[in-house]
Amino acid sequence: MIWMDTIVQGVLLGGLYALFAAGLSLVFGIMRLVNLAHGDLIVLAAYLLLVIVSMLGLHPFVAALVAMPVMFGVGYGLQKFVLNRVLGPDILPPLLVTFGLSVVIQNVLQEGFSADSRRIPAGSLETASLPLGPVTVGLMPLLTLVSAIGVILALQWLFYRTSLGRAFRATSDDPVTASLMGIKPQRVFAQATGIAMVVVTIAALYLGTRSNFDPTIGPARLIYAFEAVIIGGLGSLWGTLAGGIIIGVAQTLGAAVNPEWQILAGHLAFLLVLLVRPRGLFPRATD
Amino acid sequence: MALVETRGLTAHYGDFQALFGVDLALEEGECVAIIGANGAGKSSLLRSLSGVLRQKPDMIMFEGQPIGALEADDIVALGISMVPEGRRLFPSLSVEENLRIGAYRRRGTGAWDLDAVYAMFPMLKERRTAPGNALSGGQQQMVAIGRALMSNPRVLLCDELSLGLAPVIIRDIYAALPRIREAGSSVIIVEQDIGQALKVADRVYCMMEGKVTLEGTPAELTREAIHKAYFGVAA
Repeated sequence: MIWMDTIVQGVLLGGLYALFAAGLSLVFGIMRLVNLAHGDLIVLAAYLLLVIVSMLGLHPFVAALVAMPVMFGVGYGLQKFVLNRVLGPDILPPLLVTFGLSVVIQNVLQEGFSADSRRIPAGSLETASLPLGPVTVGLMPLLTLVSAIGVILALQWLFYRTSLGRAFRATSDDPVTASLMGIKPQRVFAQATGIAMVVVTIAALYLGTRSNFDPTIGPARLIYAFEAVIIGGLGSLWGTLAGGIIIGVAQTLGAAVNPEWQILAGHLAFLLVLLVRPRGLFPRATD
Repeated sequence: MALVETRGLTAHYGDFQALFGVDLALEEGECVAIIGANGAGKSSLLRSLSGVLRQKPDMIMFEGQPIGALEADDIVALGISMVPEGRRLFPSLSVEENLRIGAYRRRGTGAWDLDAVYAMFPMLKERRTAPGNALSGGQQQMVAIGRALMSNPRVLLCDELSLGLAPVIIRDIYAALPRIREAGSSVIIVEQDIGQALKVADRVYCMMEGKVTLEGTPAELTREAIHKAYFGVAA
């Protein structure tokens, strides 16, 4: 029964990693841009939530609704004024720019909020749990997984059922021909990064309410997000969820054997998948 | 006033100059063909008209307005759409999605919608859920034409419709042209197949080495004149 509990907790943890990864996957899938500042943007959003919660006294979930449009604007502006200028056939400039951005965000946050670790208070939700058959699960972890699934369903719907989603896929295939359809690739990229930042806000909500955070933890979240995206297959959203869950389960199993092995077990699972399926579990047909 | 006009159009790819002062006019309702050998500058001309290659504003006029410096997506919104060389369907999109995306910047109401395109090319309806690149070359060309029509263009630019297709398929594709013109689009076709171009066009421009070397109606142009304008030497 302990094993079952461990696996269930791992699946729930995977939901958090999938949320970290979904925005990364979205941006990579559309514009082949690897955003090295993704983890730091999650931390930035967590601080934004903290500010909204403490200044306006709102519940974190309500604060997230306030933060979402702000973060959409941040993403749109970031893409429009910075990242679009460095996107091109060479992948190095965007990597360097987002790496620099990561350093800038960390330092600005340290300047503004100090290096102390913080947490977004979520009241009784923090400790609430409910029995699910033989195991008992925390309400927050459960909400995290449900949100991750919800985010991926919403992104799938956006991609495959809307005109904007068609524009995303067409621009990803061939930006020049997309412009012949009347699509502005640069604007589509800005919209995509804006949407990715909305997802980042949801990730930040759970990051900030479930554990402590400080300005420097972004890169570690980025690693989990990367691993989830690569395990799932670059650009595949459901694959990203599967990747997050694999890392989550591996970590809790590792921790169950020896608490020191938690992080290591996640990375080992990632390497194992890479050995067996170098293109990930659900690679896109056209890459 | 011509619907579309180029005035002394030049085009460069880095140091390489592809067009040297091309003057061309397309009247409302007309079908103009541009013929010429590989490298004559035909595709550069269409790429300039469609906004893929941006130029000085008044090198290209549309209804008397300078449009040479506009981006491709704004040119589509004005009513000039293109069937690109090599079809360039979106492989991530199904046939129907490829058609729908053509209407991304649709101009008001017009003759063309999904039903009208399916009526013209019935086999596309049967294959509407297939990925764009799973079709035969001829079917892909039909999708590319339908996709360009979905924006209800005033001007349709067709780049090498017959490239890589069997003669019987080429005939089917060109059979759609009268229907497209009836629906209100003026047409510029770039074509290496001289016979096909002379059959469908009201006027023909022949290009060589980035310049227009001959212009006239198919009836006016003799085989010798075309040969000289095409190859630079008499037959």
